[in-house]
Amino acid sequence: MLAPVRTVSTTNGTSPLLTVQPRRGLVDEKFQIVITNLLPNQEVTLHSLHQSEDKDFWEAFGHYISDEHGTVTVAKDESLGGTYEGTEQMGLLWSLRPVPGSRSALRLRKTNVLTPLVVNISVYSGHLSQGFSKTPVLAMTVTERWYAAPGVQRVNIRENGVRGTLFLPPGPGPYPGVLDLWGGGGGLVEYRSALLASHGFASMALEYLSPDELRTADVDVSYFENAYQILKNHPKVQKDKMAMLGLSFGSAITFSMAAYSTIIKPQCCVCISGSHVVPVDKSLFEVFEEIKKNMDKVRVNEDNHVIQRGMILPIPSDPAQKIDVGRIKCPVMLVNGGDDQNWASVESAQDIEMMMEKAGNRHLLTVLTYPDAGHLIEPPYTPHFRATNFILQEMKEKIVMLWGGQTKPHAYAQEDSWEKILAFFQEHLYSSSLKAKL
Amino acid sequence: MDALRINKRPKRDQDLEYGLHQGMEDALSPLCMVGIRILNYLDNCLILAQGHGRSVCKLPPDRFNGQQEGTRVGVQYKTVSGLNPIFAACVREVECDLAGESLQHRNDINLGKQDIHVAVTQLFVSRTVSTESRRCPLLTVQPCRGLVDEKFQVVIKNLLPNQEVTLDSLHQSEDKDFWEAFGHYISDEQGTVTVAKDESLGGTYEGKEQMGLLWSLRPVPGSRPALRLRKTNVLTPIVINISVYNGHLSQGFNQTSSLATTVTERWYMAPGVQRVNIREKGVLGTLFLPPGPGPYPGVLDLWGGGGGLIEYRSALLASHGFACMALEYLAPAKLKMTDVDGTYFEKAYQILQNHPLVQKDKMAILGLCFGSAITFSMTAYSRVIKPQCCVCISGSHVVPVDKCLFEVFEDIKKFKDKVQVNEDNHLVHRNTILPIPSDPTLKVDVGRIKCPLLLVNGTDDQNWATVESAEDMEMMMNKAGNRHLLTVLTYPDAGHLIEPPYTPHFRATNFLLHKMKEKVVMLWGGQTKPHAYAQEDSWEKILAFFQEHLYSSNVNAKL
Repeated sequence: MLAPVRTVSTTNGTSPLLTVQPRRGLVDEKFQIVITNLLPNQEVTLHSLHQSEDKDFWEAFGHYISDEHGTVTVAKDESLGGTYEGTEQMGLLWSLRPVPGSRSALRLRKTNVLTPLVVNISVYSGHLSQGFSKTPVLAMTVTERWYAAPGVQRVNIRENGVRGTLFLPPGPGPYPGVLDLWGGGGGLVEYRSALLASHGFASMALEYLSPDELRTADVDVSYFENAYQILKNHPKVQKDKMAMLGLSFGSAITFSMAAYSTIIKPQCCVCISGSHVVPVDKSLFEVFEEIKKNMDKVRVNEDNHVIQRGMILPIPSDPAQKIDVGRIKCPVMLVNGGDDQNWASVESAQDIEMMMEKAGNRHLLTVLTYPDAGHLIEPPYTPHFRATNFILQEMKEKIVMLWGGQTKPHAYAQEDSWEKILAFFQEHLYSSSLKAKL
Repeated sequence: MDALRINKRPKRDQDLEYGLHQGMEDALSPLCMVGIRILNYLDNCLILAQGHGRSVCKLPPDRFNGQQEGTRVGVQYKTVSGLNPIFAACVREVECDLAGESLQHRNDINLGKQDIHVAVTQLFVSRTVSTESRRCPLLTVQPCRGLVDEKFQVVIKNLLPNQEVTLDSLHQSEDKDFWEAFGHYISDEQGTVTVAKDESLGGTYEGKEQMGLLWSLRPVPGSRPALRLRKTNVLTPIVINISVYNGHLSQGFNQTSSLATTVTERWYMAPGVQRVNIREKGVLGTLFLPPGPGPYPGVLDLWGGGGGLIEYRSALLASHGFACMALEYLAPAKLKMTDVDGTYFEKAYQILQNHPLVQKDKMAILGLCFGSAITFSMTAYSRVIKPQCCVCISGSHVVPVDKCLFEVFEDIKKFKDKVQVNEDNHLVHRNTILPIPSDPTLKVDVGRIKCPLLLVNGTDDQNWATVESAEDMEMMMNKAGNRHLLTVLTYPDAGHLIEPPYTPHFRATNFLLHKMKEKVVMLWGGQTKPHAYAQEDSWEKILAFFQEHLYSSNVNAKL
């Protein structure tokens, strides 16, 4: 084992000091990273390392030069190179990528949200770009990133055939309820709901595409209505303060429910990377069958990554092929990436706007479009994935799906959209009811 | 009787007066809002004015410009939350024409004055809305997950201006007892309370006390007596509920709805700190390693006569970069006290020193109470134990030397007649070693100590005569010529149990003196606020002392 090289500044004889504040923060919380006791104008590399639940290693790094006091302040100083450049306070997290030699097309997702993401942050002498594991560090520290704030409760939901997980904020409540729908990848993805609960929303992640338990033929409108009602009727949830949050296929479901369901009447909806160009009033099985019909429109790029965005283009003018968004009665916020290679979400948003203009409910619509962001717009300070392994539900085939986006603009989109989504929920679910009557 | 009133037949050039009937002001919380609105029965309404429930409001005539004569206005009061069904019951409306008489009294539910009072106090608006921003009170604790010795920022926003509130902390111990603390505050004109800057006007702590909600924790009324709060499992955090209540309350918190609540965690272990069981050569301990490749200075951590394996201070030291080993030396089952003599501690010290992640030449010993006595003894006499520095909290050198622990405790038993009992039947142990003997054979020869030594004592230590001992040690070291190694910190009105900061003070707690088989209540001494100060200040100085002697560059050490 190598003894650490401790650089000692001749003035005060102490080792470089690396601080990360807070050491235990929420995933969407900014941290302050400061290195002190370096030599003046010393070249250093700041490095982050994380081992995923799948045991893969992810890293990010930035090249800095200390000031005349021997200090590096990440929030103020510029990274001169690495996996991120410029003044990027959270670059060490959002620019994480698999270490060289890793398996390809990986995606980083936390399954157990009751434990934190553990990230090692280290300082190295000089401007390194590789060989970090073989180089002694000047200083290191460990920081934790949590999806669940202290006091957030996790509740399994297995009721009326509905499968989900409910996250409750701490305290007596009651709280606004949010139904959280992910996309065609399926499974029960909990982390976004845990984070919403950390911000005061009783959020239920819903599983609706499961390989074993549910047959897609069983999943139709009533499945989502059941789920919505289970959430709404929970003793800690305010019946009249409900919302839906969807990503990708989950957004399509959200449009559909908000437009047609006589039971699902949320106070507002947020749809990320979604489209209204889906067959309506069909079970999921039938929907996926329909999608299969358009598989000829799916392209593959030179890396053999699957590009699905062409499948719904051009946006049909035939209303029977689209959800009638003119029927939506609550505020809707759309969040899309300009470089979404998976769904034509930007084109869909334009068509949605046109339909709502005609129907007279355009004032309910807010559209956030982020240039050069991709499809997977998730909570901030988590990495960007341009293309990852994916199992196509309908084809049962393992492919690499191209999601799109460039890392830095995508990171910006995640940070900005999350802030706006929280503010949107705050406005529509937490404002005084006097205001609601105006 | 109706709560609301409105003047009948206001002419076009007259003020419209509306508000609460006299006598109702007291029944309603100041959070109630009285609003007046124009009703047009299309479910649209225009709120013309709002005020807080205690005032009678006047609406000047020009507010009605553009409204036709005969337009109805309604006066409504609500405890605005929309969260609780009781809320609906508080909606009362009085309608009248702008130019006409009061048309009708329309009540959602007919409540008498008593019922309104009860409904409102029960509701106690879980969310207060200020008229300007219509936001709920916001309580933030930063960081929400901190180390035990880390300060937090507690801020409440979106209150009414100059609102009386109570900030309350609640913790359930591993033993299932409830501990609480609280402070009374008044928000500023922006409706904000900043605990680090504002003064608590009463409660379990007073004045500007950023961490008062933690160090003034005490068992809730009705708890078992003489409790002590100690964390056994250091891998999990201490969980504290912090809540804001309307008004200045001193009791009944669990029956009252809070305005806002949050949960914060306090950890003894920083991220990446490792816990390692030590079971080697008969030595029982737990080693805590800082994260990273190391190596690190090593600290041997010794507690007092209560025995057991106390891990939390070692875990915290590891969070500050020291490889720290908590040592169990008074084990009821595994070790016989006749086996525990100088060699036990020497073995423990060497196990720590020889650990691959520990720097052999950067070692220290930290002791409290009897652990301090052992520290004096080992440092003075052992040929194996040669630390770079030592810290002795609430200790004394007046212990028989060169004896195994069994014999030491036998000797202590001989002093039983010097043990006093106060009026509460608490045991006062301090006089057992007074007066400090001049006979050198009764004391550890501290003149032989070769490394820097930091003593930390409380003047109100009722358990051991530590301040007197420190004076005697100073004298002995002066004579021996090693006085320059000694630093003494004496804290007025602090007691015996000087522990890491922001943990409660215990003036007297249940105690089972090892091998005495007798349960007593031991008086440790100290007053809460000075004791809290002593814990905060001494810990900072202990860490700086270790940093200086264990982390300074070798260049510095050679100077």
